Amino acid sequence: MLTLTCPCCGVTVEETELAPGGEAHLKRFGPGSSDEEFETYMFARKNPKGVHFERWRHAYGCGKWFLTARCTATLEVFGSYPAQTTEPPAELIAKIKEKRPGWEGYK
Amino acid sequence: MRRYSIFAVAREALRYHSGWEKAWASPEPKKRYDVIIVGAGGHGLATAYYLGKVHGITNVAIIEKGWLGGGNTGRNTTIIRSNYLQDPSAAIYEKARSLYEELSADLNYNVMFSPRGLLMLAQSEHEMRGYKRTVYANNLQGVETRWIERDEVKSLVPILNIDGPRYPVLGALYQERGGTARHDAVAWGYARKCSAMGMDIIQNCEVTGVRTARGKVVGVNTTKGEIDCNKLAMVVAGHSSVLAEMAGFRLPIESAALQAWVSEPIKPTIDVVVMANLVHGYMSQSDKGELVIGGGTDGFNNYTQRGSWHHVEQTTRALVETFPVISRLKMLRQWGGIVDMTGDRSPILSKTPVEGIYVNCGWGTGGFKAIPGSGYAMAELVAKEYSPLAADFSLKRFKEGQFIDESVAAGVAH
Ligand SMILES: Cc1cc2nc3c(=O)[nH]c(=O)nc-3n(C[C@H](O)[C@H](O)[C@H](O)COP(=O)(O)OP(=O)(O)OC[C@H]3O[C@@H](n4cnc5c(N)ncnc54)[C@H](O)[C@@H]3O)c2cc1C
Ligand SMILES: [Zn+2]
Repeated sequence: MLTLTCPCCGVTVEETELAPGGEAHLKRFGPGSSDEEFETYMFARKNPKGVHFERWRHAYGCGKWFLTARCTATLEVFGSYPAQTTEPPAELIAKIKEKRPGWEGYK
Repeated sequence: MRRYSIFAVAREALRYHSGWEKAWASPEPKKRYDVIIVGAGGHGLATAYYLGKVHGITNVAIIEKGWLGGGNTGRNTTIIRSNYLQDPSAAIYEKARSLYEELSADLNYNVMFSPRGLLMLAQSEHEMRGYKRTVYANNLQGVETRWIERDEVKSLVPILNIDGPRYPVLGALYQERGGTARHDAVAWGYARKCSAMGMDIIQNCEVTGVRTARGKVVGVNTTKGEIDCNKLAMVVAGHSSVLAEMAGFRLPIESAALQAWVSEPIKPTIDVVVMANLVHGYMSQSDKGELVIGGGTDGFNNYTQRGSWHHVEQTTRALVETFPVISRLKMLRQWGGIVDMTGDRSPILSKTPVEGIYVNCGWGTGGFKAIPGSGYAMAELVAKEYSPLAADFSLKRFKEGQFIDESVAAGVAH
């Protein structure tokens, strides 16, 4: 069972306490954007086999959203960080690179 | 290829079964093919089969990283039905279901199609209205389904607890010619025919790159070297995003784990397929006597073929409430597959941004039932650049907002 640490309240919980929210750091497009931009924002997903940055909500806890880096090929969790950021923290990127030398990096 | 028949069985019985041929050849790849299909699951093999049978294209390779039928095709719970809501879905799923009726004869391979009847239970007012609407839609589409009242449900499924108390059964959407088939046999039967037509099925060979030049496909890189092609069909279910990435585009697909499990074998207990979508579980009985059970998909991206435990727990709990007699059965084994989910829960059969590359994916939790129809349509798309059955399932629908919304109609994974 997947266990993640919520950076908002600091507790480590199992997935039944969490709600998954899909790919993180999507750039939002709204009214006025082109069809391509809107389609990409709404539907096109990286869905990598490997390192994935994703949104989770501590649904049956503090209720807050947070972000996590996780490997979809092994289920290894690299770490969580607050949702109020536009890209993953540098320490986390460094940690992932150490564990996954072949990883092409964020983006 | 020698035909399978009662005479062949008798002949072999008399000579210690020494005369059976290999069902398919395992050749080394050639330098070049007219069409390369990536993925030897049901959909890839069926695409190859109808390319040869209907369109006369047989210079085809089907490249598979594992063993043929080892993906979702060999991991599913084999439910076959065509009681979908939207017209494009009814068309392709009913095409598939009707091809299943004749498939054993067509392939000269017993796929054990068993149209034993399928019920979708209505356990809330909302579901009841939804299924009645589906029945009306199906009648207009020429798909034979009907609404049945709770007494008829009980007589079809005596072990069903229809009184609740939490979720009493109010009736059911009934498709009399829905049912199951033998999943491995579907893959094996198509593979045998493809091989007999001279196509190359190349197993244990992973596609690791896609080569393009001036926006057009040239070939693939594999663990057995470079192979060239005119056209490339990606039919890899849960790995569709990985293949698309190799060719430089993204798909509206997310991969997630879906699980199934079976009980110890018991005497014949239930001779129809029952889906209880509200409580998120479904059950049928295999010919071996095992109860075959499935439930919901995990909510997070996953390529490990290992699902979350709580889904097994929830679904089993729901089914014990629905079928109290199963409460003391032991569950024998459990497994998972990686399903390719789209936002509208409908598949993608489409051209792509790269000329000569076609995708067939997004069948998600319910593509076993579609294999013959999907292969038929995909072969037409690859051969002729257009297929009426596939037209509405193009990638364009995500830009245009022309979704084929089956998420409400399906409710549970199957
Ligand atoms: C637990 C479970 C229960 C299900 N129950 C039902 C059901 O009851 N009814 C129903 O209709 N559907 C059901 N489904 C869905 C159904 O199994 C799938 O939609 C269908 O089998 C998909 O077939 P496919 O040929 O597209 O994919 P697959 O059978 O997965 O074949 C894809 C193949 O591509 C290969 N591949 C991937 N990447 C590469 C590469 N780089 N190079 C070479 N080969 C590659 C894989 O090894 C795989 O063999 C279920 C699925 C699961 C997991
Ligand atoms: Zn929290």
